[in-house]
Amino acid sequence: MKPSRILLVALLTVAALYFLLPVYWLVVASTKSSADLFGTFGLWFSDPRWLDNTSKVFSYGDGIFWSWTFNSVLYAGVGGALATLLAGAAGYALAVYRFRGREAVFKVVLAGVLLPSTALALPLYLLFSKVGLANTYWAVLIPSIVSPFGVYLCRIYAEAAVPAEMLEAARVDGAGEWRIFGTLVLRTMTPALVTVFLFQFVGIWNNYFLPLVMLSDERKYPITLGLTTWQAAANRIPELNQLTVGGAFLSILPLAAAMLVLQRYWRSGLTQGSVKG
Amino acid sequence: MSTTISRTKKSPPGSRRSARPDRAAWGFLLPFVALFLFTFVLPLGYAVYQSLLTPQRSGALGLGPATLGFAGLDNYALALQQSAFLESFARVLLFGLVQIPVMLLLATALALALDTLSHRWAGILRAAYFLPYGVPGVIASILWGFLYVPGVSPITDLLGRIGLAPDFLGYDTALWSIANIVIWEFAGYNMLVIVAQLKAIPQELYEAARIDGAGAWQTAMRIKLPLARPALVLTGVFSIIGTLQLFAEPLVIKPLTPAVTNSYTPNLSAYNEAFANNNIYLAAAESVILALVASVLSFGFLSLVNRREGRDAR
Repeated sequence: MKPSRILLVALLTVAALYFLLPVYWLVVASTKSSADLFGTFGLWFSDPRWLDNTSKVFSYGDGIFWSWTFNSVLYAGVGGALATLLAGAAGYALAVYRFRGREAVFKVVLAGVLLPSTALALPLYLLFSKVGLANTYWAVLIPSIVSPFGVYLCRIYAEAAVPAEMLEAARVDGAGEWRIFGTLVLRTMTPALVTVFLFQFVGIWNNYFLPLVMLSDERKYPITLGLTTWQAAANRIPELNQLTVGGAFLSILPLAAAMLVLQRYWRSGLTQGSVKG
Repeated sequence: MSTTISRTKKSPPGSRRSARPDRAAWGFLLPFVALFLFTFVLPLGYAVYQSLLTPQRSGALGLGPATLGFAGLDNYALALQQSAFLESFARVLLFGLVQIPVMLLLATALALALDTLSHRWAGILRAAYFLPYGVPGVIASILWGFLYVPGVSPITDLLGRIGLAPDFLGYDTALWSIANIVIWEFAGYNMLVIVAQLKAIPQELYEAARIDGAGAWQTAMRIKLPLARPALVLTGVFSIIGTLQLFAEPLVIKPLTPAVTNSYTPNLSAYNEAFANNNIYLAAAESVILALVASVLSFGFLSLVNRREGRDAR
């Protein structure tokens, strides 16, 4: 190998260590007792007891971790699916129909993409508490199903992928606009829709500020919010250190798995957005 | 074909055909637009309205029941007079000026380096770099928090053995420890956006470059980097927006160090104004200021880039 090649591989390996080390630490730490967490070297196992720790995570506080997991799946799953459907329909409409106000709608959507979502969380809270939606499941779900970025991606994809001839042919055959969308268009737009769903799912799963301001009932918390309450209370209740680590490990399993499997697919979907961006 | 054209053109007034596509289009748009109005436009409007109010005491000594009064721009003046709030903007600005270039440089370098590897190795390494994106920001912060605190952290442990005593959570270092968390979370994601752009470059360009005698380094610098520009612009805009929103990371790190205050970032400041100090009117004003600054910065960056692109094209 040439020296430049060796240098390149060395750099790439160092980078891999940097990105993987914290995750590796988490894997090791999730098998340790509270005492070992502080008393033993962090990067090696000591008396592994993962099952015992995990059962503690799930049983602590009347099994509240179950509620948090269920809530996260609900917010991210239902929110992501509805957001995808709405974004698909809106993006499709902006791509294939010519109507008055089309450009205006698209500009507003773009402005929505550029507006920071957390700058919006506090105003949302003020409004939702005014109309009595604060501290309900709706408070997190409703904002989660609006994805301007999804509309943007779907419009670009539909412009390139939905052939006008196909729509004309279907219309000649007597199909209504909704039927065409529900059967032909959704199938054609599947790659874009999957991308939007993944983005939105990860976004909602990772969201923290919105549930933090909206929810006061612990039973409605998603995992992210729940774990920070454990972490914050660990000063007073040391055993929570262990539970926080164990819970953190469990919480990244589903997303990490999805990330590894879907990485390839995601990448091809991303191209749609960045080429025109 | 003629029907397609008539559909793309504006229909003449009075045409019976024009009603159908218009109605269908708005039917598809309606659910999204209605919810967009409810969750974007209305809250912002309501926040602007709230930011113009202030509680006023009635009665001679101010002991009567509080009523809401119109305060004009008083809340904005108050927010902009608070040095802590202004400092929080300066802090995230400094943060962004360092963190965004470092992260994008790392992402670009990794993307270009991966492009020269064989398929299998590139795939494994790419997955490793992208993995942190699947870790929620708060979880990443909890994780790195453990890695910063002496006693638990294997990093301080190892460095201590060779005689170093790094303080990741000191007054001078906490901001950069937070920057490290953000870089760790998003460098791999940005790398993936750039990789996607590189894949879209036609192979003939590389062929031509090789025939012209360009080496791997020259190809990367002269061909790949310029063509990856749209991806860099996209990641740049999203990074600017993300930096201004900085919230979860400092909030999670806060219990570990006195360096992180209640008004460490603009978002943290607005949050504490609303929930710790119960002054939602001032908090509303701070939120509006933050939204304005974020929009100006990201639109400004976009138009700056677009203008330069137009000049290059000429």
